[in-house]
Amino acid sequence: MSLIPTASQTVGPFFNFALTANPSLGILARAGARGERIRLAFRVIDGDGAPTPGDALIELWQADARGRYGHALDPRSGDADPNFHGFGRLETDAHGECVFETVKPGPVSDGGGAAQAPHINVTVLARGLLKPLYTRVYFAGEPANAHDAVLALVPEPRRATLLARPVAGQPDTWSLEIRLQGEAETVFFDV
Amino acid sequence: MREYPGTRPGSQPEYLHEAYRATIRRAPAQPPIRLPHTRSELTGPVYGHNPIGPADHDLTRHFAEPPQGQRIIVAGRVLDEDGRGVPNALVEVWQANAAGRYRHAVDTHPAPLDPNFLGAGRAVTDETGNYRFLTIRPGAYPWRNHHNAWRPAHIHFSLFGTAFVTRLVTQMYFPGDPLIPLDPILQSIPDQDARQRLVSQFDVSLTEPEWALGYRFDIVLRGRRATPFEEGAK
Repeated sequence: MSLIPTASQTVGPFFNFALTANPSLGILARAGARGERIRLAFRVIDGDGAPTPGDALIELWQADARGRYGHALDPRSGDADPNFHGFGRLETDAHGECVFETVKPGPVSDGGGAAQAPHINVTVLARGLLKPLYTRVYFAGEPANAHDAVLALVPEPRRATLLARPVAGQPDTWSLEIRLQGEAETVFFDV
Repeated sequence: MREYPGTRPGSQPEYLHEAYRATIRRAPAQPPIRLPHTRSELTGPVYGHNPIGPADHDLTRHFAEPPQGQRIIVAGRVLDEDGRGVPNALVEVWQANAAGRYRHAVDTHPAPLDPNFLGAGRAVTDETGNYRFLTIRPGAYPWRNHHNAWRPAHIHFSLFGTAFVTRLVTQMYFPGDPLIPLDPILQSIPDQDARQRLVSQFDVSLTEPEWALGYRFDIVLRGRRATPFEEGAK
């Protein structure tokens, strides 16, 4: 039997009472979580430079501070940080922004013996998106970025769209703008 | 290596579908870059940190009084591409009330809110992939996409499945709805059969006497039996 996966449809503008009513889904690192705690701020803007006012949501999936995913397919999952939950989900506010509380992930195996640079997997859903957009967050200044196989797939001038940068005057806070379309459009992936 | 097959042509919408106007300034202009599937894509959120309550699947019992509208049962199976049930998959649903109004601050359609209807529910599939919701049939509503634009009655579905790449957000429609051929969101899917699979089927065997009509909606997530879920295959 070979079935065809069900077609995607937009999440629409009215998801928040079902999907993002629980703001604790923005907190991946609970008390006692290992590693470097960070706040990761996103801003989502469209092709006109306008923010997505409450009608987009961002989901994160990431490894813990030592690069372990809390999932059975990670052979080290048994040793994953019990105080870290790798999934987060927030809606963007009236300014197109949301902020997650997490830890900086460790390097993750690519499954073949090489390490991937620390990164966070991101899904963007919104009114006007008929299917999810997938991207990754890397960290500016991270030496391992130079050897990351996924970053190497991205034309060099566009790599900066994937790099979160420290926010001046706000310790431990990183930010990234997700530009859906147009100048400096974020790199999205076909997964 | 990619352990999840790619998209069959026409079975999924493109990002840009001009008839759905909100795509015009939100669809990326650059093609997405194809990723190999690493541990990051092959793992995915595991449900369990936020327990499902006993009434979460029953949208008619979230308040003391029952909501207005035609009571319905919506049930089906979550399957992989080989037709195997996907167990323990989180299914989240949300919808408008019987009058076509969402309980959302931005929905200003002048139809009544129902104090006894929230319109959001959750369930987890059983060991063979079955899920079941009790709710009321949602109403159609206007949406200003074009002159006299009305969304066909629909229920939103959100599923995670087993990996980051199996995420699915979709909408379920009702058979015989005259708005279906006019809806740019459903019509964004090029393939007729793929569109038809988003239309639920009335099912008398799901229907409960003296109680509620039954609609069947099966959902297929990416993934195959051949997907080798062991370390050596990565």
